[in-house]
Order: sequence, then structure tokens, then C-alpha cells
Amino acid sequence: MTRNPRRRLWCWLLLAPCLAVLCVPFFNRAGPAWLGIPFFYWYQLLWIPLSAVVIAVVYLATRERGADAGKPR
Amino acid sequence: MNVVAVAVFVFFFALVTVLGFVAAHWRRGDLDTLHEWGLAGRRFGTVITWFLIGGDLYTAYTFIAVPALMFGAGAMGFFAVPYTILVYPFAFLVMPRLWAVAHRRGYVTAADFVRGRHGSPWLALAVAVTGIVATMPYIALQLVGIQVVVAALGFPTGGWLGELPLIISFAILAAYTYTSGLRAPAMIAIVKDVLIYVTIIAAIIVIPEKLGGYGAIFAHVPGDKLLLKAPDAGSLNQYSAYITLAAGSALALMLYPHSLTAILSSSGSDTLRRNMALLPAYSFVLGLIALLGYMALAAGVDRLPQYAGYFGEYKQNFAVPALFLSLFPDWFVGVAFAAVAIGALVPAAIMSIAAANLFTRNIYREFVRPDCTPAEETQMAKWVSLIVKVGAVAFVIALPQQFAINLQLLGGVLIIQTLPAVIIGLYTTWFDHRGLLAGWLAGIAGGTAMMAAQNFKSPTYLLHAGAVTIPGYAALYALLFNLAVAVAVTLLCRAAGLRRADDATAAGDYADAARD
Repeated sequence: MTRNPRRRLWCWLLLAPCLAVLCVPFFNRAGPAWLGIPFFYWYQLLWIPLSAVVIAVVYLATRERGADAGKPR
Repeated sequence: MNVVAVAVFVFFFALVTVLGFVAAHWRRGDLDTLHEWGLAGRRFGTVITWFLIGGDLYTAYTFIAVPALMFGAGAMGFFAVPYTILVYPFAFLVMPRLWAVAHRRGYVTAADFVRGRHGSPWLALAVAVTGIVATMPYIALQLVGIQVVVAALGFPTGGWLGELPLIISFAILAAYTYTSGLRAPAMIAIVKDVLIYVTIIAAIIVIPEKLGGYGAIFAHVPGDKLLLKAPDAGSLNQYSAYITLAAGSALALMLYPHSLTAILSSSGSDTLRRNMALLPAYSFVLGLIALLGYMALAAGVDRLPQYAGYFGEYKQNFAVPALFLSLFPDWFVGVAFAAVAIGALVPAAIMSIAAANLFTRNIYREFVRPDCTPAEETQMAKWVSLIVKVGAVAFVIALPQQFAINLQLLGGVLIIQTLPAVIIGLYTTWFDHRGLLAGWLAGIAGGTAMMAAQNFKSPTYLLHAGAVTIPGYAALYALLFNLAVAVAVTLLCRAAGLRRADDATAAGDYADAARD
């Protein structure tokens, strides 16, 4: 990970999806349903793509150009 | 027997068999070194790493067991979703560091790293043995996945003839893993993952339409299973169980030898980080697969007379195969079942390679033949990969299926006990290696005792705190015990003035790296 402290702050963003799926009392409910799917289920499913977006943002924000960018993969 | 489905199934099986042997020539390397045979030379880029890790972590057993749990237990089974959401942010932070030090120091296993970092061959042995013991029942469970779909295709289920398809598929798997090493599962993973995606996309479009939409499907779920049981005066009930199972499973997953083997075979820290943003695609599929359990419930497959015998034999694990059989055309049943069976081969191959790497590196070379050549070391690993598979087949044939399932549950409790040495070890050498070893022993003993208290049937331990019961994942409770003992023994070693072991790694080893 980058040694730049300002860039390291971005990593705290990774906590967002974790907290979102651990706050069980918040999402353990049936409504509002979406396409007939109870809240409990679609809320957690929704956080899968959201977690991917969060990780992608942190990746792009903390990537150090030159460290291993540009090398053949 | 379902001739069309069997033909499609056999076609895909033959295809991956050819691919498995061809893989030896792919990105040619010297297959007489462990680094090439067991890690494919750490050369896999973003795309192959994505297929390999996805093909590795999301096993056939997962595809059978997760919907089976939903089918039987309802909302509780959905913990697989938060579990897979928690895995990637964690791996994003931790795994590039492990990759970097493993690359710079030539480490092939987690135990290699522990040996170097904490300077103790005995702690490394503990990590290696834990990895092998946790992996063996996991390989056996992949066979259960194959068994269920082979039976569903209409093959006889009992006796010598019933085990034959299983023995043949594992013999083929063993042969190409022996010759091609990690390159074989990497190539097959591409076929597996494509088949899985096709099957699931078809399933979530076709099945809800036939069953009257998602609203109608969820209406069939009994009210007490639709949501988690909320806490009451005496117990936190399913809330604490759900949270600890998700968090504990996420921490344990990356410690499994097969996960680390796939991670270490990628080509750099950056490749890994990018993958952590891309791998949730598989989690989404897993979430949809979980819902198949409810679709099976809505379709009432367990009440259909033609499947009664199978449910007697395989219990809830037959829910998804029965759903496919009753709602898909024959040819597509062949595709779906091939996806499950091939989905068993990929992780089984990687698990056997990972177990072989551990045995050869951290037991054979460390304690038996310290002066063996790289070629001898690799030959040993190839033999061990064969022995591991024969052992898994014998395990499944000789012992009741429930035994493998219970042992796999125990495996998660055991493997998480290596977290202080491996993951915390990446960040600090504060712990004394004697403290880590004592903590490991305490965690293994405590975790096993908690599982024994539930007759190994459930991973949830009922912790009594005063008047309140806190049901939670035994792995996590045992890990806390492990850490407490590790801290206490470390402080004792300091107080006694015992000499600390040397750290063979340097601070710079942990900085980002990539293969040239």
C-alpha cells in the first residue's frame, strides 16, 4: 500500500461495505420489497456491486504510478 | 438415465480433460521446480487470476450447500452474502503485502512465510499441518458435489458401480494435476466459470417466470425462516450468529492453503488489488445461487415422488439438482450439472497442489530431507498431490457423507487459528513465536471443544455471558482465546528474558512488487 498518508486515508472507505452488511438490526426486515424480493435479501445483494465500486475507487485513488505500472503483465 | 443430459455432461468433461493436459505447455516453464509446478511461476495476470481465484473460492460444494442451507434453514443461510462482501476489502489490504514478501523471499506457502518471519520451524509446522488437515475434508466435499450431480443424471447411487464415475473423474484429475501442476486448474477454471455464469443467468430468468415471479417464490418461504430471529431477553439469537459467521468465515477464507496458492500465483500486488474489485462478480452469482434454495422450496421439489429416494440419500443437498431436473430441458440440465462437476475439479486440483506444497516444503524439506534438490522436491510434491486425492476418494467412499461435512465445518475453526502468525505477522513481530504456538494450541483445543459441545453438527457455539446467551461462530470465539493466550505467553517470555528468534525478512520486503 502507498506510504503517502493522504492516500492512505482512502483505505478507510473500505469499512463502508463491511459496516453496511454487519448492521443486521437495520436490514433484518421484509419491507420495502423490490420486484417481490424482501428488503433483507435485495439490500445485501445490492451491497455486492457497491462493495466492488468502493474497492475500485480505493484502488484508483491509492495506485502508485511507476511502482509497478507499465510493466508487462 | 437421461441420455441427452449425460451426453452434454460427458462432452464438457472430455473438453476439460484435454485442456488439463494441454495446460502443461501453456506459458511454458520448468515444471521440475516447485515454484513453476505449484505456483505456475507467479505469472498470472489480471484476467487469469480472476478466473483462477473465482474458480477456486466458489467451489462446487458451495453451489450445492449454500442453496441447501437456504432450503433448510432460511435467512440464516444467506450469511454467505455478507461473508463474501467482507472478504475482498480485507484481502485488498492484506494480500498484496503477503504476495510481495513471498515473491522477494521465494515463499511458496504461508508456512514458508511463518518460518522466515518468526524464525521457528515448529510454528511453521503447526501452520502447515493445520492447512493440510483443514484442506483434506474440503477436497472430500468436492467429491460430494460430483456424487450428487452424477446421481441426478440417473447413474446408480449405491455399490461399486455407483462410485465408478467418481473414481474415474478423480483419476483423470489426478493425472493432469500431476503433469501440469497449477496451470491445469487455471485453464479449466475458465470453462467452469463460463458454464456457471451461463447456468445462473438462465436460472434466474427462466425459473422465476415458471414459478410466478419472485413475489410468489418468497411467499412459499415459511414466515419464521424469511428473516433472522431477533434477540430477546435471554439470547441474541440469530443476530450474533449471522454476524460472527460472516466475519469469521471471511477471516478464515484467505488462510486456506488453496486461497493462498491462487493469490501467490498472480503476477503482482497491483494485479491482486485490481482483482479484489473484480471478484465480487462471483459473489453476486453466489447470492443468486443462494436464492435457488428458495426457488426449490417454491417448486416443492422435495415433495415430488420421483426425487424422494435422492432426498433420502443426499438430503437438502439434492434441492438444486432436483430444481434443475424438474424445470430445465434435458440438454441444459447437462450444462448445469457439468458446471457443478467441473466446478468441483478446479478447487480440488488447487487444494491438492496446496496441500502438496505444504507437505513438501514445510515437512519433507524441513524435517526429512533438508538437502533435497529442487527437482526432487517437486517430484515429492507431485506424488503427494496424488496421495491426497486417493485419500479424499477413500474418505468419501468409506465414511458417511455427514462425516466429511462435519469435518469441513471443523476445518474453518482450525484454519483461522493460523491468523495471528500469518496475517498479524505481516504487520508486526511483537508476538514471540512461543506465544504464537501456545495461542495456536489453545485456539485449536478450544475451538474443537466448542464444536464437540455441538456434536460437530453446527459451527455456532452458545456462549453464556451472565444471563444472556450469545450464539456465535466457534472459530471467532476460539480465535479470541488464541490471541489472549498468545499475548500472555509473549509477555511471560519477555519477562523471563528469553532470546527472540530472528526475523529473516526486511521491512522493504513488504512494499509493493510485481514480477518482471
